[in-house]
Amino acid sequence: MITVESVDKHYEDFHALRGVDLEIASGSLTALLGPSGSGKSTLLRVIAGLEVPSSGRVILDGEDVTNLAPQQRGIGFVFQHYAAFEHMSVRDNVAFGLKIRRRPKAEVKEKVDELLRVVGLDGYQQRYPSQLSGGQRQRMALARALAIEPAVLLLDEPFGALDAKVRAELRTWLRRLHDEVHVTTVLVTHDQEEALDVADTIAVMDAGQIAQAGRPRDLYDAPASEFVMSFLGPVARLGGGLVRPHDLDLSLEHREGATEAQVQRVVHLGFEVRVELLPADAPAGAEPVVAQITRAEAETLELQAGDIVWVRAPLGQVPGVVAA
Amino acid sequence: MREQSRTTRLGLRVLALGYLALLLGIPVGLVLYRTFEHGAGAVWSSVTTPAAIHAFQLTLEIAAIAVPLNTVLGVLTALVLVRGRVRGKPVLEAIVDLPFAISPVVVGLSLVLVYGRTGWLGPWLTDHGIQIIFSLPGMVIATVFVSLPFVAREVTPVLREIGDEQEQAAATLGASSWQAFWRITLPAIRWGVAYGVVLTVARCIGEFGAVSVVSGKVAGESETLTLLVEKRFGNFDLAGAYAASALLALIALATLLLMTRLNPRKEGRP
Repeated sequence: MITVESVDKHYEDFHALRGVDLEIASGSLTALLGPSGSGKSTLLRVIAGLEVPSSGRVILDGEDVTNLAPQQRGIGFVFQHYAAFEHMSVRDNVAFGLKIRRRPKAEVKEKVDELLRVVGLDGYQQRYPSQLSGGQRQRMALARALAIEPAVLLLDEPFGALDAKVRAELRTWLRRLHDEVHVTTVLVTHDQEEALDVADTIAVMDAGQIAQAGRPRDLYDAPASEFVMSFLGPVARLGGGLVRPHDLDLSLEHREGATEAQVQRVVHLGFEVRVELLPADAPAGAEPVVAQITRAEAETLELQAGDIVWVRAPLGQVPGVVAA
Repeated sequence: MREQSRTTRLGLRVLALGYLALLLGIPVGLVLYRTFEHGAGAVWSSVTTPAAIHAFQLTLEIAAIAVPLNTVLGVLTALVLVRGRVRGKPVLEAIVDLPFAISPVVVGLSLVLVYGRTGWLGPWLTDHGIQIIFSLPGMVIATVFVSLPFVAREVTPVLREIGDEQEQAAATLGASSWQAFWRITLPAIRWGVAYGVVLTVARCIGEFGAVSVVSGKVAGESETLTLLVEKRFGNFDLAGAYAASALLALIALATLLLMTRLNPRKEGRP
């Protein structure tokens, strides 16, 4: 279990972390999600010991490690840009931590081969990092971090430098790996889809603070603030409140609680149809409200640009979120 | 239009090559030509006189002390400049470049002012029977001074480029700073170090001004190859001067060839 207690981090002219309290359960896969500059990477580096907090405590499995160097924390760390040891073969990269610990040669070899099998790099032992693709390098970095059997695995935007397809593959793979290895894992990401996909707990960060932490579904269904709601998925603003575009209900006749709006554009995205609406009471130059409906609904309504529709949010569907 | 640009290109090439030939190629070529004008036998006897052999040995001796010193110091300086969390880095950086900016003759004179018989530390040194100026220590100090920046200057950009993530990764894997330096940082900067060492060697062997001031120029005692060339030239022993020059040029050539062989681009991997 990782406990972060009222951690503050000041840089010269920047307040990166503001009284962060967070508990991360043993064996969980937790995502620190937030926009750039929200402090998520700094928090991860504080947990790793790569940054020293200005105040507050970090407790790993009951031991206060706030003043311990990263070497003594028993953590594995994976960097966004791999931090591969370029002058070493894949085998030597993965073996690094074990060699530092002076493990017997036979044990090191066995362990490295096993880990390379786990991460799908069997047969790449003699290669050098420059001969690997980005995805392969990151899997090598993961094997290297896992070799020392860390109590905690920390991943700093591990898939951020990869293209979309490899990224999606790797996060599915990471989820499976976590289900096998069960090491407490913290993943930093700015990609809400990635967080929702792999994590069993999400902590959303905003301006150096935890905005909300909990299970992905709870955060999605019951966001504590507009920030959390808008960060976890697409939103539309209607009548002063925020709603999910797919929760918007369109009809051709006036109904209780509905707002009149003009259809500006209808976009067919395969199964889904996106309708851009301009509410009648919207001020000039306002952004259109985007509603997401199914193809069947769109065909029933026979919507076209210029049509007048009535749009409403399902009542009671968005507890807790109102316009500021 | 195309004709014109071709003429321009040709003109530029002729200009660049002509410039190099006039300033570098022809003079060095002439030295070699003049050296072997009267046959290899004359050259051999001229570079095997006791004074010449001693000058050759002394030159290598000074380089053998100055180069390792400046290598260790240069890497250390680069580490402080790039990784260190110290104030006044711009000042340190300016100090590292100082030997480039100051004329070697001035370096020699300033060493005399500090370590000479009447210098600032002179009386104390004399009392303890230590002689620095007009002996090997002074020549070594002068050479160390003028060749100080090369390793630091070559290693600094390489350190900046590789960044500190590999070192951080090593730390999270349990490596101490010392282990991280030997196993990660040093292998990563080795080409920069090697290149800096080659330049330092070349500078140490070719140094004239600063060494000239502090050496005393006693043949067979405190005379380096460059000083020997100057003396022979001054004594109208042109053939002897050319022979010694050729020897210097040969050492320089050997160092340069070594550097080309060290060039990382020739290797299959970084």
